[in-house]
Amino acid sequence: MIFGPLNTKLIRDIWNIKGQMLAIILVMTAGIAIFVITFGVLDSLKLTRDTYYDRYQFADVFASLKRAPELVKKQVNNIQGVSVSESRVISGVTVQMETMDEPISGKIISLPDGRKSLLNNLYLRSGRMLYPNEQDAIMIDDSFFNAHHLELGDKVSVIMNGHKRKLKVVGVVLSPEYVYSIAPGALMPDSKRYGLFWMSRRSLEAAVGMKGAFNDLSIKIDRQANIEKIKQQLDLVLKPYGGLISYGRDEQISNFFVSNELKQLESMGMMAPIIFLSVAAFLINVVMSRQIATQREQIGMLKAVGYSDIEVSWHYLKMVLAVTGLGAVSGLVLGTWMGAGMTQMYTDFFHFPILQYNFSVVVMIFAVFFCTIAAVSGTLFAIRRAANLPPAEAMRSESPNMFKPSVLERLGLHAQLSFLSRMILRQLERRPVRALFSALGMAFALAILIFSFFMEDSMTYLMDIQYELTQREDVNLSFNEARSYQALEEIYAMPGVLKVEPIRTVPVTLKFKHYKKRSSIMGLSEQSELHRVINEDLNPVAMPATGLVMNEKLAELLHVKVGERVEVEVLEEKRQKLSIPVTAYTQEFIGLGVYMNIRDLNSLLDESPKVTGVSIMLDPNYGAVLYKKLKQVPAVMGLNIVSVLRQIFDEIMAESLLKMMSTNILFASFISFGVIYNTARITLSERGRELASLRVLGLTRREVAFVLFGELAFITVISLPLGFLIGKILLSAMVISLESELFRIPYYLNNSTYGYSVLIVLLSAIFSFYLVWRQVDKIDLVSAQKGVE
Amino acid sequence: MPDPRTISFKTDSLKKSYITGETEVHALRGVSVEVPTGELVVLLGPSGSGKSTFLNIIGGLDQATSGHVYFCGRDLATYTVRELTYFRRENVGFVFQAYNLAPSLTALENVALVTEISPHPMESLAALKAVGLEHRANHFPSQLSGGEQQRVAIARAIAKRPQVMLCDEPTGALDIETGIVVLKALIDVNQKYKTTCIIITHNAAIAQLADRVIHFADGNVSHVNVNDSRKKPEDINW
Repeated sequence: MIFGPLNTKLIRDIWNIKGQMLAIILVMTAGIAIFVITFGVLDSLKLTRDTYYDRYQFADVFASLKRAPELVKKQVNNIQGVSVSESRVISGVTVQMETMDEPISGKIISLPDGRKSLLNNLYLRSGRMLYPNEQDAIMIDDSFFNAHHLELGDKVSVIMNGHKRKLKVVGVVLSPEYVYSIAPGALMPDSKRYGLFWMSRRSLEAAVGMKGAFNDLSIKIDRQANIEKIKQQLDLVLKPYGGLISYGRDEQISNFFVSNELKQLESMGMMAPIIFLSVAAFLINVVMSRQIATQREQIGMLKAVGYSDIEVSWHYLKMVLAVTGLGAVSGLVLGTWMGAGMTQMYTDFFHFPILQYNFSVVVMIFAVFFCTIAAVSGTLFAIRRAANLPPAEAMRSESPNMFKPSVLERLGLHAQLSFLSRMILRQLERRPVRALFSALGMAFALAILIFSFFMEDSMTYLMDIQYELTQREDVNLSFNEARSYQALEEIYAMPGVLKVEPIRTVPVTLKFKHYKKRSSIMGLSEQSELHRVINEDLNPVAMPATGLVMNEKLAELLHVKVGERVEVEVLEEKRQKLSIPVTAYTQEFIGLGVYMNIRDLNSLLDESPKVTGVSIMLDPNYGAVLYKKLKQVPAVMGLNIVSVLRQIFDEIMAESLLKMMSTNILFASFISFGVIYNTARITLSERGRELASLRVLGLTRREVAFVLFGELAFITVISLPLGFLIGKILLSAMVISLESELFRIPYYLNNSTYGYSVLIVLLSAIFSFYLVWRQVDKIDLVSAQKGVE
Repeated sequence: MPDPRTISFKTDSLKKSYITGETEVHALRGVSVEVPTGELVVLLGPSGSGKSTFLNIIGGLDQATSGHVYFCGRDLATYTVRELTYFRRENVGFVFQAYNLAPSLTALENVALVTEISPHPMESLAALKAVGLEHRANHFPSQLSGGEQQRVAIARAIAKRPQVMLCDEPTGALDIETGIVVLKALIDVNQKYKTTCIIITHNAAIAQLADRVIHFADGNVSHVNVNDSRKKPEDINW
């Protein structure tokens, strides 16, 4: 018979403890879903990115230069390992949008006339591609197009090479080269204030005076080629033409940001699901083993009537497998569903024109297997313990075991404790490991809650430091090239400007021993008050008269210490090679900055004092007036309004990270409830008969509840500090794993996070207690005494 | 070697000791006794005299520290755990004081739990009929009275057509009238199927129903009485 009485018993037993089983399923669903979501999203995004890069011929090596005749391309093609090269003209532009007061910066990129581009192809979202030699027409980046609510056929005013031109929008495109369109030096994409445009090569050449020449080169290399060698040779070829050092995909700004974003997702993603799944597995293990322990007498009976150990074990395993099976199915369904949604969301966020799902079966099998193993091992352990007992003993109730006075009583507090308190204490002391495991379960629930809140706390803290302690200016602007201090005076004279400070930025390569890093030195005035540099204690660092103030992470990457000299190669026309000592460190969470006294920098560059940008303190009432004025200054290439940057950051956070965070918080809450409810429910079934006896003896429901919930409350209280500790360990590991060149995540938690986490745990506890309290109410006093539950 | 046609159980210097806490408890101190096939045997004696331990060992629920238990000519002491399981499954019907029914199964299903795994069982419903409970077949244990639950337990025990029934205080939790009903059921089984029945009890009156009464005291058999004629339950002065 397939569906014999044993299977009937199985189904009814599961139904009887459906509340607990549901809680286990909930925990497992949460664990598996998070796992599947994160890995699914990551794998899908990576596949999407790689497919996009591949289909649209994203180049491997990039170089920009001053100006080279087209013939030079032949030399480049002769370098061994270069399979395709494409030359371009790229020009910075200022865009004047009528809807905005402030000037907008952008970039115009050439497209070959009469043929398809060999590299960095465009995906046409709407409109059409350019006709050969088409004049005054552009294709425009999709995000800019949308941010300004443009329409095909609209005209955009730009200042190119000092001349104002109106260009007609004929197409809307996406480029693998600008997945992230970030203005040079910016930390985040701002599609409203930075635009990308594509124009016919010949038209652009004419507009910027580059006839028959190019200033940008992209290269695709053979699969086996040595990229470092190619870069070196390329630099040699381009050097006479003002070539800057060439770089690979790893340093290509858009790809760098995309990779960093994915890496961040990955570190967070790896940590969160592994923690969630482990916690879920641990809980299932504990819960199942306790569940089985309550079945001790029935195991004894089954053995007494002739069922073998294997049959009994299989019976209970089926119970576990049924539950884990349900948990697995719901976890997988929820995981793939939410994962698909989230992949779609990220694809939009990154502006990938294609979408590839990649939900790995291996990942799913692993998640299910991991949880099942945990449950099965917990069950087997408990079954073995029950089955190892001779059936005669198993059928006897386990209770009257080896109780002794608790520590508190032995310490002489005997008189202060009521009988009921003594019962609680003795029970806890008799089963310290069990109490500890229950506390550990709750502690893990608390820890993953804290963990889930962490990201928002630390990112907000990071931004507070960035914009309240470091970038304290209201606006900063950059010029299209280095200007004399006269420009500073002119800006200061503009309406609403309360204070100005000079900035001089120089792209450089830093070398120490064999370590090398591209960066740019930012020159600041000695007592800079708007744009400041801070140290570890968050105090401002004054720019020393000489030497570099270096970001600690950068110093670590270069293996350089304060007092040692770094070789600096300036990546500008003169290509000076300087040797400058490191005189102080700075602590920054974002980027790899190097700072210098602007006077020292200017004198080293052997020039009359110059500035490339200005930090401005602004009278808030004059914003619009100033921006309008600046818009008319061709020398102003870019402008950042700090409050807008902050706002963009918050939007990006809300769009990407926080969605994942809120999913985590939701699942962490599930787990927290699942654990606590189960602990309470199992405690009740373990102590049910004893509690019924107390009721029979005349204790009120309140007093009985005190014994039950006293024990649980004690465990809950212990679990709180334990949870903080575990949370701390998890976060430290997370902070280390998230560290990248782009970001260092500060270890920082708001007090409110502790509050919210504890609140969720306590609410779960109270709700669980309430549900169990209703069960206490239902204890059948008579049958409990007869030994029938 | 006893003849299995006449002797169900024979024990030889059966000893059992446990360690509880720091003291060693000698539950059985060398019991040597015979139980003839087909008899109704009552084990009498005060609490802690070793009756239950003895019953558990001959029923294969527990193993002796030393000595031998012969059942149908084979020594249970040499059985592996697996063999003991099959011994219980095929030969022994248990009835416990606390009934030990599966609360999530109906009366009929509780019986079927055993018929499922027995080599030549009777119909589950027939077993319930034998204890007069066919009309309660679809009730859960919680819907049955104590006496009814114990009769389900007896039905469960007889359903496998065991060679022996081992009953540990089957009426201990029941009132007198219900107890009589349960005992009648046991005697019926004994007479109808010629099943050897061994019943533990505190109640000396029950001894008058038995073919043989084995008295336990302090972990040993003090003496054995053989009744020439058995009384009927209703004739006993409880």
